[in-house]
Amino acid sequence: MSFTDKDLVTMESIIKRYPRSRSAIMPLLHYVQSLAGYVTNEGIELIAKLLELETAEVTAVSTFYTQYKRKPVGEYHVGVCTNTLCAVMGGDAIFAGLKEHLGIENDGVTTDGKVSLEHIECNAACDYAPVVMANWEFYDNQTVESAEDLVDGMRAGNPPVPTRGPNSLVTWKEASAVLAGINDGKAHEGLQAGAPTLLGLKLSKEGK
Amino acid sequence: MTKLAPVLSAHWDEKDSFTIEAYTRHGGYKASKKALAMDPDAVIQLVKDSGLRGRGGAGFPTGMKWGFIPQGDNKDHYLVVNADESEPGTCKDTPLLLANPHVLIEGCIIACHAIRAKHAFIYIRGEVTHVVRRLNQAIEDAYKAGHLGNGIELVLHVGAGAYICGEETALLDSLEGFRGQPRLRPPFPAIAGLYARPTVVNNVESIASVPAIIENGAEWYQAMGTEKSKGTTLYSLSGHVKNPGQFEAPLGITLREILELSGGIRSGHTLKFWTPGGSSTPLFTAQHLDVPLDYEGVSAAGSMLGTKALQIFDETTCVVRAVLRWTEFYKHESCGKCTPCREGTWWLVQILRDLENGKGSEADLAKLLDLCDNIMGRSFCALGDGATSPITSSIKYFRDEYIAHVTQGSCPFDPVASTLFEGASK
Repeated sequence: MSFTDKDLVTMESIIKRYPRSRSAIMPLLHYVQSLAGYVTNEGIELIAKLLELETAEVTAVSTFYTQYKRKPVGEYHVGVCTNTLCAVMGGDAIFAGLKEHLGIENDGVTTDGKVSLEHIECNAACDYAPVVMANWEFYDNQTVESAEDLVDGMRAGNPPVPTRGPNSLVTWKEASAVLAGINDGKAHEGLQAGAPTLLGLKLSKEGK
Repeated sequence: MTKLAPVLSAHWDEKDSFTIEAYTRHGGYKASKKALAMDPDAVIQLVKDSGLRGRGGAGFPTGMKWGFIPQGDNKDHYLVVNADESEPGTCKDTPLLLANPHVLIEGCIIACHAIRAKHAFIYIRGEVTHVVRRLNQAIEDAYKAGHLGNGIELVLHVGAGAYICGEETALLDSLEGFRGQPRLRPPFPAIAGLYARPTVVNNVESIASVPAIIENGAEWYQAMGTEKSKGTTLYSLSGHVKNPGQFEAPLGITLREILELSGGIRSGHTLKFWTPGGSSTPLFTAQHLDVPLDYEGVSAAGSMLGTKALQIFDETTCVVRAVLRWTEFYKHESCGKCTPCREGTWWLVQILRDLENGKGSEADLAKLLDLCDNIMGRSFCALGDGATSPITSSIKYFRDEYIAHVTQGSCPFDPVASTLFEGASK
């Protein structure tokens, strides 16, 4: 794919956030994913040119971090937490169920390009275990059935709403733009906190 | 009975708690105004006097860390907030930032003033899209309101999935645009941190605790907690309990107290093992229910307070399976820089997999402990040390269970029994 003048203006504005340009590698890689869906060779070449680096230096960074994908993922990228606590509470069963339901393995993509699947590490939502992430939005307290409904909804173009997130699930590319620091105007949407987050406060107000 | 004491979490139950309007309604940005009118050294002294210690795991006194920054050196100084919350079990900074990002921004303003920094960065993990949205919007709103931009710049930097970047020097390398691998220390970040300039790296909860300290004073903060562990903190309860969640309490509360007030272990089950502060802190059992959860108390009982991530496992859980999974995590997240961690975690996984599958032998336990002995203290950073904690502590408390896998030739546990939806039809 080629990059437009508008894309280049955005990339220059990302570089300007930092006292030293090289620090912009990570948001620029997120931004390339927001345009191309993954980190393309063209994207790496462009970032190298903008930051006056070798392509090997940019490639080295892109391959270190698991969120940068070197091949296309689905429009909806699903991550099932299988770190110990979520795994024990049901994450292992959910991950096995989704692999069977979708007919794909870890890091696989459905043939319609809608859903990709990955087992992920702890995503800082243990009080909502078992947790599934979709385009890095929270789907809390999942079961095998609810996770199957989630991916079915994605394939039908009608995914359920994230538990603690915006009013509708954005696409992988749209989420990547947010991670590149671009405001999509959805910060005010969704809950400020789920019930477990508020439990201590609630009990305190009851005198505990 | 210790009472809960919501300070950070005091207004999280208001629907708009994350907005600048709600934050200002509750007196937000008054503390930064007050601090900016103070001499920077007086701000550092106040934070020192409060007794606030780092909430990211190590418990280093925050004010002392700020005091290490050389003054009058004509160099740029930086504040870097570690929001790369990834330690297994840890889930406090993420809900804090979803519910009230402005308290962190105000803390950044105060800390920048104290250490004479004009530039702050928040390094947040990349796998939390909505938290990034909230924080980004909050920073925009703080600029519009004039809290930022008048001498203090704040940049949100989004990570991309690497646990190692929670290690402060790996975080700095990552923020500079490199692969996130730890640096040799010394020099410490206070002397040569970001861009080789004096830098303070603090956890989200540490910085977010500062505005209330400035507003209410060191004595108010000192009055909460225990002798050497002052103030309130977020305890995160998860796992086989009736009601998981966040509980803000004075340091020194016990797990027994938290379980009593929250409803206890899930019905019909008993506590088997738990982590006091994430998977890198040695396991505790039911015999540790009354250990005061402060820095000294947990340490004296053979573990670490860490991030106060209380992961609770009942008797249905196979400890070998739990430890294997954590070990697979450390192997996956090892950055590869040093040999003991890179190779050692790989071997630990092989041996634990055999043991869990009933293909191990009793001699494997000695081999595991020997490997741990050669990783602990010999790795470049604390990731390697952390990888050994669940193994050595589980063999200490549950040796018989490892042996049962060997004698039975398989895992004696049914994984279905430990799921949340146990009994639900597939």
